[in-house]
Amino acid sequence: MANTTSRAATGPFLSLPGPVKSILNMLLTLVLTFVGLTAVTFTIGRVMPADPVLAIVGDRASQEAYDKVYTEMGLDRPIYAQYGRYLVELAQGDLGTSVMTSRPVIEDIKRFFPATLELATIATLMGVLIGVPMGVWAAVNQGRLIDHVVRVLGLIGYSVPVFWLGMVALLIFYGNLGWVAGPGRLDVYFDGVVEPVTGFILIDAAMAGEWDIFDNAVSHLILPASILGAFALAYIARMTRSFMLDQLNQEYILTARVKGVSEPGVVWRHAFRNVLVQLITIIGLTYASLLEGSVLTETVFSWPGIGQYITTSLFNADMSAVLGGTVVVGTCFVGINMLSDLLYKLVDPRART
Amino acid sequence: MSETTPTSGAAGLRGWLLSPSPGSTLQARCQRAYLGWLALRSNPIAMTGLFIVGTLVFMAIFAPLLTATNGLKPDLPNRLQPFSAEHWLGTDQLGRDIYDRIVWGSRITLYIVGLVSVIVVPIGLAIGTIAGYMGGWVDNALMRFTDIFLAFPRLILALALVAALGPGLENAVLAIALTTWSPYARIARAEVLTIRNSEYIMAAQAQGASTFRILRRHIVPMCLASVIIRLTLDMAGIILTAAGLGFLGLGAQPPSPEWGAMISTGRQLLLDQWWVPTVPGIAIFLVSLGFCLLGDGLRDVLDPKSSDT
Repeated sequence: MANTTSRAATGPFLSLPGPVKSILNMLLTLVLTFVGLTAVTFTIGRVMPADPVLAIVGDRASQEAYDKVYTEMGLDRPIYAQYGRYLVELAQGDLGTSVMTSRPVIEDIKRFFPATLELATIATLMGVLIGVPMGVWAAVNQGRLIDHVVRVLGLIGYSVPVFWLGMVALLIFYGNLGWVAGPGRLDVYFDGVVEPVTGFILIDAAMAGEWDIFDNAVSHLILPASILGAFALAYIARMTRSFMLDQLNQEYILTARVKGVSEPGVVWRHAFRNVLVQLITIIGLTYASLLEGSVLTETVFSWPGIGQYITTSLFNADMSAVLGGTVVVGTCFVGINMLSDLLYKLVDPRART
Repeated sequence: MSETTPTSGAAGLRGWLLSPSPGSTLQARCQRAYLGWLALRSNPIAMTGLFIVGTLVFMAIFAPLLTATNGLKPDLPNRLQPFSAEHWLGTDQLGRDIYDRIVWGSRITLYIVGLVSVIVVPIGLAIGTIAGYMGGWVDNALMRFTDIFLAFPRLILALALVAALGPGLENAVLAIALTTWSPYARIARAEVLTIRNSEYIMAAQAQGASTFRILRRHIVPMCLASVIIRLTLDMAGIILTAAGLGFLGLGAQPPSPEWGAMISTGRQLLLDQWWVPTVPGIAIFLVSLGFCLLGDGLRDVLDPKSSDT
């Protein structure tokens, strides 16, 4: 998978000691990646549109108004200066103003992002809590039923369109059975009752002691979270299985067995501990991809998250909102990936080459 | 894979294909293909995948023969019919036959698959082989560049690109391709590193072959196998992303029978006429599954080392 720093050994910091070198190398990659990401959003926002000024002032504006905005946007300056200014604005948290809501984009994102974070966090938790034991179980019982279940689940996870599965699940569990609440994050009459402190409705409702709202929020959350969680589960179980198989075939496992270590001891204390480190990376990767991949799920479930925000803005030609959302999600994505890579390097001495 | 005609003169052809000392380059190539085919044939998973992908290609080629209409013309008196002998998979909100639309939609799916491959493979191969063969600062610079793309969030970036370029199938494919090429550069580079110091490369250098010629004739062919395996495995993800963009209304536009867009337009009918959005979903699932299975099988056949089962 995206092991972005596997070439740490060949970087420009050859004279430094191992761990320091690899961390410096990673920071360099991080900075470069961020520069690349912002360069892409900058290009999309300021270079690609035929005339960014017209997009703001409209085609009936006077020449003076046009010129004023032109200089205000710094378009008379060279491209690299414009990019520099863009970076400075980003660093100050200025993502521009949304045409649709006429608020600063960063304010909008602060309102929408927690919903995505809540969904992705619960889904990842589900994936880890069920997927890891399943993967271990499958590896221990290679070739038996559970092993095939994990394999098939993995294949389905790679092949089912998530938006379609969400739709069908809505049809069955909400439409036909009525077990869960429908689209949205809360029923309309609960909307705005609880003060958003953390932005996580579950936590906010629990803190305010509003258990009705808590129940309602769970009922809304459970279906989209399970759908995303199922994809996380399929991937995590498959990877856990293959990591565990690698370990179980090594000689130290045989040694442990010969020494008379119990089978659970061999599996959990010996093999699983070595797998744990690799799992961190996989879980980080899953979390990051759920954050960005929830766009489609959010659309199906009318979930008021960042993905929904980006797509609605897109259809209203609200480019600063789209690009602001892209930068924020992209930064989280890159950040989480790097963090799990870093953790991997810190925990596993073998990775510090 | 390869075409075989085992019926007529089987012994002669089989003998020619399995002869231990091939007399020509052509014969050697055919032999390799034949042996690969034999290995693939004995792998039921790969054959299932091949069957599904083959069916997709068959549907795409013979769409005019397999369908009564081209799935575009509304037929309002017959709207929202359930499954029947006349309309195997029912009709949609405009009375168009869903089976016809699925069959014609296979052309769009195949078009996406082809277009992404045509963009991604050359870019990945070029960057990866040049980086691996040249080494040094060229390698470092190119791979840093690749790393940046590798770390990008794919779907969101594709969304932003489509937002800038405007919705449409070609733009969606372009956006997907631009966010997909980086792993291929890595794979190609890794392959090149294992062969760049081998004797046949030195022989070519000694004969005065240009760098470009060595890359094109001696290095790229060696990288193709792993790139093709990875491409087949990635195809499911590519099809799903394209369908997702179609579902969001950013890919192929409505009258066209693209499967993701079909799900999107049929969404409101889910509760009463469930088949309208459900059938295209199953089609997407089957085709993605087919590519997954075929990719798994190809990896087992061509590259037994990296199999994870």
